Amino acid sequence: MKFKEIRPGKLVGTQIVLLSAVLCAVIVLSTGLGYIQVPFIDVIKIIAGKISGQQRMLSSLDNLLPVIVIDVRLPRILTATIVGGGLAISGVVFQGILLNPLADPYTLGVSAGAAFGASLAILFNIDFLGTYSVPLFAFAGATVTLLFVIYLSSSGGGLSSNNLILSGIIVAAILSAGISFLKYVADEQVAVIIFWLMGSFGSRTWTDVSLTFICVSIGLTIFIFFARDLNLMALGDRTASSLGIDTKKVSLILLVTASMVAAICVSVSGIIGFVGLLIPHMMRSITGPDNRKLIPVSMLAGAILLLSADTVTRAILPSEIPIGVLTALIGGPFFCYIFRKRQTGRTGF
Amino acid sequence: MAYQINDLTFYYGNKKVIDHLSVTLAPGKFYGIIGPNGCGKSTFLDLLVKHLRPDSGTIIYKGKDLSRYSKKELSTQIALVPQNFYINFPFSAKEIVMMGRYPHIPRFAAPSLHDIKIVRDIIEKTGADQVEDRFITELSGGERQRVVFARALAQDTPVLILDEATSSLDINYGINLLNFAAEGVRQAGKTVIAVMQDINLAALFCDYLIFMKEGAIKAHGATDEVLNQNTIRSVFNVDTKVYFEPYADSKQVVFKR
Repeated sequence: MKFKEIRPGKLVGTQIVLLSAVLCAVIVLSTGLGYIQVPFIDVIKIIAGKISGQQRMLSSLDNLLPVIVIDVRLPRILTATIVGGGLAISGVVFQGILLNPLADPYTLGVSAGAAFGASLAILFNIDFLGTYSVPLFAFAGATVTLLFVIYLSSSGGGLSSNNLILSGIIVAAILSAGISFLKYVADEQVAVIIFWLMGSFGSRTWTDVSLTFICVSIGLTIFIFFARDLNLMALGDRTASSLGIDTKKVSLILLVTASMVAAICVSVSGIIGFVGLLIPHMMRSITGPDNRKLIPVSMLAGAILLLSADTVTRAILPSEIPIGVLTALIGGPFFCYIFRKRQTGRTGF
Repeated sequence: MAYQINDLTFYYGNKKVIDHLSVTLAPGKFYGIIGPNGCGKSTFLDLLVKHLRPDSGTIIYKGKDLSRYSKKELSTQIALVPQNFYINFPFSAKEIVMMGRYPHIPRFAAPSLHDIKIVRDIIEKTGADQVEDRFITELSGGERQRVVFARALAQDTPVLILDEATSSLDINYGINLLNFAAEGVRQAGKTVIAVMQDINLAALFCDYLIFMKEGAIKAHGATDEVLNQNTIRSVFNVDTKVYFEPYADSKQVVFKR
């Protein structure tokens, strides 16, 4: 029975169940916290009443509470949860394809593209789509950037990881110069642009929840389907190819899907760094590098982390600071720590 | 025939790397490919495993054009041990060997007891059991190469292609692993096609030798016939003495300063 651990077996099952339980607890806990405290038992009652459609479960409660929970807090909380999960799995996939544990969902310039699109929309007051104009422009910016990066890197010798990373860096550098220019000419709108860029889950709606949920679910399905192929691609192009993987096709599908997941996350929340870099790293030391385990576990961990961070800034800190700033402030030093640890000792990273 | 290769040509950009190459490779034989650096040996192997597509010419594998096989089909036919193996993620050595079984295991299934037994046997036979629980990222070059070799053996294919697979191994493991490859040829009728740097090891193990230079075949044939001073001189431009060595029970080559 020495071989037991080769099967993606029981252990991962326990981790997933455990993390799911923690996630549910954090969701209930965060929903209760805020300017108006809602007792946790009431949160559960309200959610259960809403799902089952039984209004009488709510009869004993203040009329205001269901509105706060369902219409104000849950959309924000669920968006943060889904975006956290989405950024984390997209990070796993980027690291896998680019064969680089330091890659993240923004490596290919997706964030710079989204930021540029959003800045354009804000600067020119484009609002023909109401509140969705900025997210839509951000998404379009991310998509166009991705296509351009793929076009740029496929010119010589296929989609090699070096070509992709280099193209991503070049394009992101051009775009961030563009963003600086837009900020410079923006006058009084510069504050709006800066605030958008730093990320926020404030005033999210159920539309945001369903949109991100659908996209991240589709992404997750595709990632799980190709998870084993992604393991083989870690062996390098030639070996993966000899093991039956159409490396070009699989990496293109995964790159586009991962970028789309990241793009949708960025467009509803602004740029939130370090989740997509840090979570896959941390989880890899627990589950090992097998993507069949790493992807689901990272998704749950990312969701828990980002929701907790958002709850801290929303309900615990005296005044709300942008979530993107918070994740970078916590994530950056933590990353330095694990990076240092990896250099000095034997760990699973 | 395992491979019938006809008038094969391949360019990298404008550079012709394989130049109208034709050769037939029979099953159940150990082939050695020998040639100077940059003569197109690795490219030739990449064409044989369909990692690259020829610009012109045909490769027939088992009576069917190679381009008509799916990658999946080929992965149960041909295994490759690459030259430089570099990996960034800390899979255990055992996990890497098990990856050789993936082509035989449905996408969402766990390995069967049969798969596990094959992997177990190969790990023990190749001496990879000393490192099986360690991370591949922490192994020395030679240890890693042994694991990668075991991975290809676990794939259990009729054709095994070695791209300088033993160059980074010490002589003990080099001979050991080549013996496994040779055992597959003798006992299971497998075909081994090996690019080798060490002419004497090649002479020891290969039934046939193929000498390549500038993308074309300079000489090929049974090892005893084709291995001689003139061939080596024309391919490598080196003076040698080639003689039959009873201790090795094969021809051997010696060099001078």
